[in-house]
Amino acid sequence: MKPAVWIFVGLLLLLHQDYWQWDNQRLLFGAFPYALMYHMGISLTAALGWLLATRFWWPENLDHSAGSPSESEKS
Amino acid sequence: MIQLCVIIGYLVLLLMLGLSANRFFRGTATDYMLASHSIGPVLLLMSLFGTTMTAFALVGSTGQAYRAGIGVYGELASASGIIHSLCFFVIGLPLWALGRRHGYTTQIQFFRDRLQSDFLGLLLFPILVLLVISYLLVGIVGGGAVVESITADAFKFEDSGWFASNGYGVPSWIASAVICGVVLLYVFFGGMRGTAWANAFQTAVFMVLGLVTFVTIANALGGSDAFLENLKIATQSADPSHLSMEKMPKALFFSFLFIPLSVAMFPHVFQHWLTARSAESFKLPIIMHPVFILIVWAPCVLLGVWASGENSGVPAALAGMGPEKFNKVLPTLVKLHAGDILGGLLSAGILAAIMSSLDSQFLCLGTVFTEDVVRHYGGRERYSDAQVVRLARYFVVGVVVLTYLLSLLLPGSVFTLGLWSFSGFTGLVPLVFAAIYWRRLTAAGAIASVATTVGCWTVLFLRAGGKPYTFPEQPLAIAGLVTIPKMLPVVTIFAASALVLVVVSLLTRPPEQETVDKFFSS
Repeated sequence: MKPAVWIFVGLLLLLHQDYWQWDNQRLLFGAFPYALMYHMGISLTAALGWLLATRFWWPENLDHSAGSPSESEKS
Repeated sequence: MIQLCVIIGYLVLLLMLGLSANRFFRGTATDYMLASHSIGPVLLLMSLFGTTMTAFALVGSTGQAYRAGIGVYGELASASGIIHSLCFFVIGLPLWALGRRHGYTTQIQFFRDRLQSDFLGLLLFPILVLLVISYLLVGIVGGGAVVESITADAFKFEDSGWFASNGYGVPSWIASAVICGVVLLYVFFGGMRGTAWANAFQTAVFMVLGLVTFVTIANALGGSDAFLENLKIATQSADPSHLSMEKMPKALFFSFLFIPLSVAMFPHVFQHWLTARSAESFKLPIIMHPVFILIVWAPCVLLGVWASGENSGVPAALAGMGPEKFNKVLPTLVKLHAGDILGGLLSAGILAAIMSSLDSQFLCLGTVFTEDVVRHYGGRERYSDAQVVRLARYFVVGVVVLTYLLSLLLPGSVFTLGLWSFSGFTGLVPLVFAAIYWRRLTAAGAIASVATTVGCWTVLFLRAGGKPYTFPEQPLAIAGLVTIPKMLPVVTIFAASALVLVVVSLLTRPPEQETVDKFFSS
């Protein structure tokens, strides 16, 4: 597996441990707890990161090494 | 009563969809168990997501947010968004390729072949079955609680004394039995194709209805015409301590990172991975899984936070209840603040999330039994495909009956129940990771690792005595230099399993070169 994937996951996990805002009760737009919005941002960043991973760090020849399904298996 | 009718209508619709998959059944065991490897990216995304979201994600998350505030989202949802996709990428994809190349249907077949050990398969079989059963209990207990809460007062007539003990609703044991029966029927006849279709349908249902629930309850709590204004009122009415992470011990928050790793060892997720038509089919699930988690969890967590405020009516409605009250937060909110028809639809959405996990788990147990016990020990040529499918179906029926009976004895918190199941699976993750990436892994190391997982899990489970538990039980100072804080037992189980796996593998004879070449040549 490409090291870039591990670096990306490591960074995300570091950002995930957001101890600096543990007591933060601030609301964004008066309706959304700040820390919740932060973690929703982590979710979206993860999706973006996985988009890059599947585009640039995708393992090669997986389908070839797996062998192709037989005709009877194709739907 | 209207809500009950909507729920029944939904179950009938689901049953028809699942059973209609039987028309496409090709009569082979591969088709019954793996849908002939024909699942494309969209269906794989929906079925994988539906499978990983259960009562734990909806009923459990809302209940925990009601108890501990918004930190629940970071604790499990954003962590799962990172780690589930990581597992799909670094575990699921290689296992799919190996499974297709060597013809595996179950995890145990892979481990037996990779480590050339029949005993390892024999050891893993009961462990995986028991862990899946404990996971099944999460769905069955959660589903029963939802229906009982939602249908409360539906049978409030004269002479309805029998229903009085259940708030005049459908008793949870009847609801659980009906849920089991519906899922069992479409798994029995539809196999993996029926399961994948039903999962996709149910995933769409619970995502849409979850958002509708969120908007409806926000508007009901706010009471104004402007949605944003209603959001403000609902949030600002919540218990202020629920708006930050302060109720979440930091070390526990960290240790929750280990829970989503369990997905790498779920037998039913393994089976879904193998249904993929090609490696490309994995891309969409890997990318979109964190977004789907956000769509489901963020509203649920906010609903739980809103429920903590007195004006939601939930604290008063649940006053005097034990730990089981956390399972009833979401259904109570729905009942108090949504109309009857919408309440019924939303309940159907909750049930959809629950049942979309139950079906895959039922099917995987049937598959594991027929492939790893019957065909492995009875001989692969001895049974026709029709016989294999029949045996898988019978085993599924047996497991459902057994699990249902167990659910009657274990009415604990869905959240706590789920944590123990996931902790067991996480303890086995070092094994699957090493089997894919570490050439030096030996059968002895694998067996020792599995035994360590079982030993640690059992000791800690018994010490917990059915209550929330941490290990160490108190912060542990080592030589006055380092203090180990209280953490979830899963950290200890995972660390011990990984350590033993590495040490024992290094101390024992390396695997045969031929075996290493078979798995690491391309």
